[in-house]
Amino acid sequence: MQAGSKMTENKPKSNWVIEINENLCKGCEICIEFCPFTIFGKSDKLNRKGYYLPVVLIENKCNGCRLCELLCPEIAIVLTEE
Amino acid sequence: MGFNEDRKRYLAGLEDKTYFMLGDEACAYGAIFAGCDFFAGYPITPASEVAERLAEELPKAGGLCIQMEDELASMAAIVGASWTGGRSMTATSGPGFSLMQENIGYAIMTETPCVLVDVQRSGPSTGQATKPAQGDMMQARWGTHGDHNIIALSPNSAQECFDMMQECFNLADTYRTPVILLMDGEIGHIRESVTMPALSSIKPAARKMAKPGEDVFGGEELVPGITHYGMGQNVHVTGSTHKANGMRDVTTPHVHEALVKRIYNKIDDNREKIIRVEKDISQNGQSKIGVIAYGATARPSLGAVRAARDDGKNIDFMRLITIWPFARKQVAEFAKNLDMILVPEMNLGQISREIERFVNCKVVSVPKIGGVPHTVEEIYDAITEVAS
Amino acid sequence: MSQPRNQMMNYIREEIMPHRFCPGCGCGTVLNVFTNAIDNLKLDPVKMVCVSGIGCSAWIPSPYFKSDTLHTTHGRPIAFATGVKVMRPDLKVVVIAGDGDVSGIGGNHLIHAARRNIDLSVFMVNNMIYGMTGGQVAPTTPTGVKTSTTPHLNIEPPFQVAELVAAAGASYVARWTTYHVFRLIKAMEEAITKQGFSFIEIVSQCPDNYGRRIGLRTGVEFLKMFKKQAIPIDKARELPEEKLEGRIIVGKLRDRERPEYTSELHRVTKEQVDKIKAEQEKIS
Repeated sequence: MQAGSKMTENKPKSNWVIEINENLCKGCEICIEFCPFTIFGKSDKLNRKGYYLPVVLIENKCNGCRLCELLCPEIAIVLTEE
Repeated sequence: MGFNEDRKRYLAGLEDKTYFMLGDEACAYGAIFAGCDFFAGYPITPASEVAERLAEELPKAGGLCIQMEDELASMAAIVGASWTGGRSMTATSGPGFSLMQENIGYAIMTETPCVLVDVQRSGPSTGQATKPAQGDMMQARWGTHGDHNIIALSPNSAQECFDMMQECFNLADTYRTPVILLMDGEIGHIRESVTMPALSSIKPAARKMAKPGEDVFGGEELVPGITHYGMGQNVHVTGSTHKANGMRDVTTPHVHEALVKRIYNKIDDNREKIIRVEKDISQNGQSKIGVIAYGATARPSLGAVRAARDDGKNIDFMRLITIWPFARKQVAEFAKNLDMILVPEMNLGQISREIERFVNCKVVSVPKIGGVPHTVEEIYDAITEVAS
Repeated sequence: MSQPRNQMMNYIREEIMPHRFCPGCGCGTVLNVFTNAIDNLKLDPVKMVCVSGIGCSAWIPSPYFKSDTLHTTHGRPIAFATGVKVMRPDLKVVVIAGDGDVSGIGGNHLIHAARRNIDLSVFMVNNMIYGMTGGQVAPTTPTGVKTSTTPHLNIEPPFQVAELVAAAGASYVARWTTYHVFRLIKAMEEAITKQGFSFIEIVSQCPDNYGRRIGLRTGVEFLKMFKKQAIPIDKARELPEEKLEGRIIVGKLRDRERPEYTSELHRVTKEQVDKIKAEQEKIS
């Protein structure tokens, strides 16, 4: 867990929707690697531009810490609270 | 564009008065009368007096004067300042002028109005720091890399140093380009009387402003309207090849060609509006010999021409006030009936070669280097040698 | 298919996205973090000018950040920014540039701007290499690294740029990495708000032109390394120098109050204007 993150164990549960802009993503896999809950996995299919995009495997584990959204070099991840 | 109250108040104390001062100082006062808002410079002989005088006086008129860490930074700072809408300038001599070439190119490519004063001294390199020369004529034209055009003026008195600052700023704003006042150390350090004009006679040219959303780096006109920082236009200024909207495009051939040709042509096509020369033609119109000079050298040259006329020789004289763009039409016309043109310069023949390109008669360079200007006798001797 | 849109795109010249940075490049993360800092501060980009030089990181604001931008010559952005700032003290002037730009060819401008303590925010993206030109040695490349111009290994020690700027007189100096995104956002907010010269060294990754020379092929591998090597400045101060070998000291190195150049310049200028005013009133 990174210092400065808003993530806390006691945060009331809310549902976070994670979306990835496929036009922007270049498949660097930073989100896959650094998500504290290992929410992302790697797609087994190449996209139009030849990148393996991340896929959200287990969305309900997300607590909205925003690390993936901020680390993303492409500003391709969109996190919304439902 | 009018002056603000602070400037009017300061200039009111100077208008219509005559002072005895250095060419460099006249240049500084001329800049304040021309509405200079910002000066950035670095000390160098023989141009330091421009900075010193502006450091003293410009703040009194509400303008900002700073000393940067070097000439690269000085030139950079005046370009930055210009994009806020201010009239900005710097002053230097050969070694500093060499350092400025990088950002002169940037100012040309980004079409940034600004003024540089180059008080020329003997080079190459450090050369003779305290001695005058006219060795930067071609550097002013071609100093920065790539195809470009430039405007450069050459004063031959302290009064002209004063007056030409207004002309330089007006040309810079009209054509959105850097303008160089190509002084020489002799004129920079000459001490003469300078008469300040009436405030009412000052008419600074206004920059043409782009309409909101309009392209700032292209369009129908040779000189596009400009926009300033803080106006909400998100203007993108880059020294890389760019499209009319300012966005970089460094690979499309026609984008580069269109940009560089327009920047070149905006000065070339307006040359007749820019160029000024001064002629002193022998009264009977029978001259076969002419003299062309500029800057400090024009003074002993005219002296020698008059002395030769006193001896009964017919000699025509022309002074180049605008150095760049080159007065090729005016020079060709001047040379039409001449057999020979003498060109005294404080260099080994830079402008004489330029003259050669546009005339059919013989061109004789009368060079002098070493830090001592031509004397009337030397030029007179050169005239009599070819006239006999 | 319509794509989700991150609201940070409000601050970006969206029509030219995706940007040109390589996959996993830290420059993209810096752009991301920067827009978040601006958003948190509720700064209107109309009141900002972003200045950059030459190199990959210069492209972060130019052209991607949607404000007035000045993309200058190599190494000179701080000098250009000085002209903008003194003329328009009301605008926030931010320089984003690379280590080669700011600490190599432009090193002189950097230390003098810090000495003057002019109110600029300089974010130096330090990827330890000349990336855009193909991986040549930089003033920040660690000793012993093989680059395209040090094929027999780099014999020079690297600059500690944040420490240099702190010593030169800056009001605010911090160092973070592209892994420490939350801290970096906070630091950018502090730097932009701070009156005076503020400087953040952002240790960043170039997976292509640096990574392949040191065996780190992806952004992920770099971030793992940054995470491992980072040591907070408070802890670092307690350790002897030899224990800090290979570590990245992160945190706030300086946060102090010093007279700011632009306001001082306007103060002395106004004094002169007022003097003339008083003299003229005395006459009339």
